[in-house]
Amino acid sequence: MSGLPQTADYVRILPELVLSIFGIVVMLLEPLFDERRSQRTLGSIALIGSLVAIMASVFQAQNPGFAFWNMVRVDGFSVFFHVLVTTIAAVVILTSYEYMSVQRIRAGEYYGLILFGTVGMCLMSSAVELVLIFIALEISSISTYILAGFRRREAASSEASLKYFLLGSFATAFFLYGVALMFGATGSTNIDKISPALEQSTVPPLAYLAVALMFVGLGFKVASAPFHIWTPDVYEGAPAPIVGFMSTAPKAAAFAVLLRILFEANAPGRFWLIWFSAVLSMCLGNLGALVQTNVKRLLAYSSIAHAGYLLVAFAAAPEVGVSAAMFYTAAYAAMNVGAFAVISHFANAGEKYVTLDDYAGLGRRSPVLAATLTIFLLSLIGIPATGGFFAKFYVFSAALKADLVGLTIIGVINSAVAAYYYLRIIVVMYMRESREEIPVRGIPLGLGTALVVSLAATIYLGVLPGRVLDYALASANQLMQTPASAAAATVNPGR
Amino acid sequence: MAPVATPFFFYLLSGLALISGILVITRRNPVHSALALILTLLALAGIYLMLYAPFVAGVQIILYAGGIMVLFLFVIMLVNVGRAEKERQFNKQWLLAIAATVGLGIVFVRVFTSSQTLTELLKRPLAQLPETSNTQQVGFSLYGQYMLAFEIASLLLLVAIVGAVVMAKKRI
Repeated sequence: MSGLPQTADYVRILPELVLSIFGIVVMLLEPLFDERRSQRTLGSIALIGSLVAIMASVFQAQNPGFAFWNMVRVDGFSVFFHVLVTTIAAVVILTSYEYMSVQRIRAGEYYGLILFGTVGMCLMSSAVELVLIFIALEISSISTYILAGFRRREAASSEASLKYFLLGSFATAFFLYGVALMFGATGSTNIDKISPALEQSTVPPLAYLAVALMFVGLGFKVASAPFHIWTPDVYEGAPAPIVGFMSTAPKAAAFAVLLRILFEANAPGRFWLIWFSAVLSMCLGNLGALVQTNVKRLLAYSSIAHAGYLLVAFAAAPEVGVSAAMFYTAAYAAMNVGAFAVISHFANAGEKYVTLDDYAGLGRRSPVLAATLTIFLLSLIGIPATGGFFAKFYVFSAALKADLVGLTIIGVINSAVAAYYYLRIIVVMYMRESREEIPVRGIPLGLGTALVVSLAATIYLGVLPGRVLDYALASANQLMQTPASAAAATVNPGR
Repeated sequence: MAPVATPFFFYLLSGLALISGILVITRRNPVHSALALILTLLALAGIYLMLYAPFVAGVQIILYAGGIMVLFLFVIMLVNVGRAEKERQFNKQWLLAIAATVGLGIVFVRVFTSSQTLTELLKRPLAQLPETSNTQQVGFSLYGQYMLAFEIASLLLLVAIVGAVVMAKKRI
């Protein structure tokens, strides 16, 4: 309890340390360069920082265990999300190069906030103490609120930032209230102490309320219905690379927290909560997307629907469900970051070209860009040989294994409906002639690298999903096997 | 320690907090709202004292009733109070909001008063009352067990400061 932290403690927060240091360096160096030079140099430093953080996360995997008096737990699960989140950050930084020079954004704060936000997200996935989770959640949220408002000349961007901030603070208050009630119900805010307290035969009603309130807070962060209202407006107003970032990284981190709270802490009453939110998210997301003409809004609704598919995995049996959810977050991140990279390149200065009509004839004017976007969209539909296919496949097979036939049917019908609006973009790109000539610039190096990385990830997950899935399954098993819950699982099987 | 936490004081303080809380959102003049907010914060500080948490009560008064309220009043001085008074105070959804609040309130009251919860909570005192002074205990856990959370909060503040500057300045 007392004494100083050991070296091992610091190793277990190494990626966070690396990211914080690089973030601070980026901000300190900013005044030394003029605008154009600072974008290049600081972008490269931020990129190096996130790459070092990826290596640190991989290195960390050899050193699992608790740190800082049971505040942080490094296990396969946390390493998975660390690598995922830092990779997303690296790819988004690569995407931002071109966007920033077109939009003339000062780079110091932008890259600094991406790195700081990533610290919060990393910590969210490894923290096992609700207080620490709350602080990490706030770091990640506040960074994304600000990043959403970075198109400073546009009213829509400020609107997005303000809306996101107000509603997000409101949602965080719910989460905090849930934490307080959980403390009241179990006498601890540490997940490893909460889980044995909740495994007793009589769970206090207070704990149900606590879980529900925490679910409201996290449901907002992952944009699952009925807490999704903010999503379309914020995604429409925020800078396109940032939308790619905030539709994947904070979401993945919030899903990690949700997995820890619901499964590692063995939260009571989780099943119906998840069930309703999953059904609502899938239906509202897909129905909303059907009528959109702005591509960013369309993908916003699609991200609500994807949160719904992910929650289907949550409703399924623990180990298989958790691993399916982990695989899904990775596959979704690959295809969504890629899709938004294409959109941000195409949108041009001031994000003029974001409606569906603007995409008419893109297949002829820029075959490479159109083909890349097509692959990402096919993956979002869930066509075989893409990551999206196996993601959906594992989620629905996990749900079937848990005898959730109704939920699976709703999910499959929804993915069929979703195919319509994704295919519509592809049809417009290839089969309709553009009314005005929209200039398409050549693909710069940074964006090209980002596209190659996300394409490679999407196709790798679609062709050889085995390794990632095995890793996810192993770490899901590890997550479930806290000593207390292993003992209780024999007494109290099922959900 | 002799119980200060008598029901009478609890109801007095929470009633005060509730009434002044309602005043905060119903007053048209923002200065009145701010003054009502001070009353809410002070009442909450009283409740913290009843829970044997003098440190939290002190922080509540110094930071919230003191520091943050001063900030609020400065901001109010900068905005046009006359125009704010003429604007509509509630939007069309206020009936729905009241219905939702009452519904949620009923759920909370039912959970808190359900015999199981109360007996459970009374059976095992959850938070041990500290032997030494409360402030010392807070210090020990902040720099001991909760060290990481305490330190990482500095990053949260840094992000918030950067955000405030980015949002407020015309040209960075």
